[in-house]
Amino acid sequence: MKILLIEDEPELAATIKASLEKELFLVEHAADFDSAMEKVSLYEYDCILLDIMLPGGSGLEILEELKKSNISGNVIIISAKDSLDDKLTGLGLGADDYLTKPFHIAELNARIKAVFRRKNLSGSNQIATANTNLDLSERTFSVDGLLFPLNRKEFDILNYFLVNKNRLITKNALAEHVWGDHIDQADNFDFIYYQIKNLRKKLQSSDAKIEIQSIYGVGYKLVEL
Amino acid sequence: MKLLNQSLKYLSISIFLIVSIWSAIFYFNMLDEIHDSIDDGLDNYKLLIINRTADDEQIFEKKDFEEGNFTIHQIPEKEALGMRDYFTDTLLYMQNEDDLEPVRMLTSAFKHGEKYYQLTVFNSTVEEDDLIEDLFYSIIWLYVILVVSIVLINNVVLKRLWKPFYSLLNELKSYRIDKETPLPQVTGETKEFRELEIAVNALIIRARETFYNQKKFTENASHELQTPLAIISTKLELMLEKESLGAENAENVGQILQTIQRLTRLNKSLLLLSKIENRQFNEAAEVDFAKLVNQSVEDLEDFAGFRNVEITVDKFAILSYQMDESLASILVSNLLRNAIFHNVEGGKVQVEIQENSLRIRNTGKHEALDSSKIFDRFQKETSSNSSTGLGLAIVHAICKLYGFEVKYSFDGAHCFKVNMG
Repeated sequence: MKILLIEDEPELAATIKASLEKELFLVEHAADFDSAMEKVSLYEYDCILLDIMLPGGSGLEILEELKKSNISGNVIIISAKDSLDDKLTGLGLGADDYLTKPFHIAELNARIKAVFRRKNLSGSNQIATANTNLDLSERTFSVDGLLFPLNRKEFDILNYFLVNKNRLITKNALAEHVWGDHIDQADNFDFIYYQIKNLRKKLQSSDAKIEIQSIYGVGYKLVEL
Repeated sequence: MKLLNQSLKYLSISIFLIVSIWSAIFYFNMLDEIHDSIDDGLDNYKLLIINRTADDEQIFEKKDFEEGNFTIHQIPEKEALGMRDYFTDTLLYMQNEDDLEPVRMLTSAFKHGEKYYQLTVFNSTVEEDDLIEDLFYSIIWLYVILVVSIVLINNVVLKRLWKPFYSLLNELKSYRIDKETPLPQVTGETKEFRELEIAVNALIIRARETFYNQKKFTENASHELQTPLAIISTKLELMLEKESLGAENAENVGQILQTIQRLTRLNKSLLLLSKIENRQFNEAAEVDFAKLVNQSVEDLEDFAGFRNVEITVDKFAILSYQMDESLASILVSNLLRNAIFHNVEGGKVQVEIQENSLRIRNTGKHEALDSSKIFDRFQKETSSNSSTGLGLAIVHAICKLYGFEVKYSFDGAHCFKVNMG
């Protein structure tokens, strides 16, 4: 999987690159408008992460160019601007998603994988891990071919963990992803622990060969057993 | 009071004063003129009678007025010599009126042969009370006619003259500085209105510039802060994944990460607040509050469930309003979160959707909060670190934007009511 990261801030670009390489993606980086334009016109990418404010031009212009040349971009806009106008313009120009800075690494992972799944959708829309299978279209979870019922929140949590397999998911990131952006004012995330505990019990009782581990009280990680 | 009526008020008062003063002066002038001309007539009459005495001795017998308007009496020389002509106003019986009528009387003395006589001639004069009465009615009529015609002229002329002003006013009322609508225009050539148009347009252009600068500043500030925040938080998240970090360090990093998240939240909330106050939300759609409340409750039910807080929603009427959807959702969820957050273990949150209002009651501390401060920024009820202290300030700002009234009251439970009527 080849990803083009268009981001002018070197520190942020380096971190994102490092994180994506952990997922074994091939990441190329463009730091300004011209080099980004050159790269998108020369090569093909499975996913493009696009910052809007760039030295030398606007990311939206790159998006327009991509649309004109009919290169299916699979673009995710990463912008510091939480502006509805930009969001609508970006999505109108064919961008796949819009992520506002600052974001959680786990969230970026989930969005990128969603883009890949949509791109490579060939009938099945499933995440198979160890002896488990999560069907995203049917919203079902099965272990060794046997269906195990999960409620909506449990399904979303498990989905988020599976696309971020072996990666740390902070409580904050999980809360924002599953309970929405506004939940973050909750004074503590103990209620997340409660949900995770339930999910763990279900995973154990279903003999799934995956496990959710706690990481230093900061967050969780899903690993294969 | 409308300009039209106001000008009418002042005009009628001043016309009343002018007409009254004018009529008083007119009355005295006229009276003076009448007396003058009667006096001249009496003088002339006197001379004619004295001339007649030369060839008509009979005339000295006329001691009473009767059919002629004069009398002649003999008087002693001393008295005659000390007498000067004088006019008096007096009353005399008139046959035709069967009443005493005012007359002007001239008393004079003259010498005929060796004898001295006193001559009194009179002429009936105006009845002053009649004159005043006539004058009074004419003036009332004049006043009424003047006022009525001013009303008519005012209505027609002033309305026409002020028409460009009122149309400018209407345009201004609905003018939004953040929309790219053309500047308001004045029709007609009236100089004052032209100047008003120029002044208003200059003001709008300046305000617009300020608005866009502010908007730009908000966005730039957002960009400048969000990117470093993004760098710090992603770096820390990556660091936490390192096996070599060790539990103690990891916990410290985790705490720093939490603090960064707080900072991020604070930044986001402040941006939201300034965006609301800068009226950068204009996308109005019909928002169904019942739906919104249900969705918010669903989002928050895990959180509430964990704290053992029961949420009930009662819908008494359909409540919908034309407003920005995201703001409506923030309004509802901030109030709900506030109600859950400041609740007690096993407490309750009651949401009532009424006609034109939304009421959220929650159990909590057994004392009222300071309602004058509760919507202020950074007003924290709890010592909890994670609260930004901006939730209710945002609620207040949204309400202000749409002209809602948000009120806090305490009746054993804490109650927030948003009036949208």
